[in-house]
Amino acid sequence: MNASPTPAGDAAAEPHLPPVTQLAMTSLALIVAGGIYLASHIPNSVPLTPAIVLLCASVALLAINLALLARVPDFAWRRFFEVAKWALLAYAIIAGMILYAFLRDSLSGGPLVVLTLSLVVFAVHVPLLIGFTVARYDTPANT
Amino acid sequence: MQVAKMAAGTATADMATAPVAPPAPPAFERPDFQIVPRAGLPIVAVVLVLLVVGIAVNELWPLVFLHVVGGAAWTIIDLFLGFVLGPVIGRMSPPAKVELTTRLMPKMVLIMPTVVTVTLAAGWQLGTFLGTVQSSYSLHGWIVASYIVVGVMAVIALGLLEPANIAVLTELKKERPNPQRIEKLMKRFIYCAGITGAMQVATLVIMTKLASA
Repeated sequence: MNASPTPAGDAAAEPHLPPVTQLAMTSLALIVAGGIYLASHIPNSVPLTPAIVLLCASVALLAINLALLARVPDFAWRRFFEVAKWALLAYAIIAGMILYAFLRDSLSGGPLVVLTLSLVVFAVHVPLLIGFTVARYDTPANT
Repeated sequence: MQVAKMAAGTATADMATAPVAPPAPPAFERPDFQIVPRAGLPIVAVVLVLLVVGIAVNELWPLVFLHVVGGAAWTIIDLFLGFVLGPVIGRMSPPAKVELTTRLMPKMVLIMPTVVTVTLAAGWQLGTFLGTVQSSYSLHGWIVASYIVVGVMAVIALGLLEPANIAVLTELKKERPNPQRIEKLMKRFIYCAGITGAMQVATLVIMTKLASA
């Protein structure tokens, strides 16, 4: 297969985009911190408030990211969904495996709810990030 | 980088002779490839089934096997990519870089998430089985340190490395790939692999300390 690279100047024409990657990494870091907080106190009962605050902040960043992305003009949405849907499937399986390990250990109550919601954020935010990273370099003609 | 330099060099030379738009740089050979190699999916499925069985059985040997094999693969791949292959790729010629990328990166799309999932899920179950995840465990501080190291590695790998990997492959699939984008994304991939490689050294220190306790 022969490939003709585009002229070097094309990259300069990339549109200004919101800080989706930075927000997503912060959101992931928050749920990881919440997970570490809960895991490091097992089997003692531990106040859930810090973990819930971290989870809420992470969900808020996910919502902000979605809102910012939705307002980008001429974004390659077709490419975004093409990539994100398969990534969502893959990361839903990964999150399911991790959740299965928690359930196998009879984790229940508040910690299970917080960890499950954290895994949901993880399984949504990573595909969003992958879809965004691919679509940002695609042409708006593919919307 | 050399693809980009080559493209920029062509443009500069042309500008000196005539003020016209830079022509497309010369075409390069690019092997055909699948972004996600479908032939590898059954292998991934088998590994995940083994993981589910290992956790369900909850016996020492399957859990140790899955955690050690997965962890060893994760550590070795990160160290090798970050400190051996990464610098080598950086010095390769553009066609060689493209060929290696199109042959290596699709495999990484399947290998890394699988290896990480197996290591973490089996490791958690093993810790529960052995009681090392309990806060009463004598080396609990080391266990928490391992959570932090893995957490940082996960955020870097999921937030930067994996999206860059997919984006490079998608760009290379295009009829006219942009060398600057590929260069930028490859740099991101290699730097991230270097950082996670360095953090794997910390993982080795922690895990050998725990294993010898």
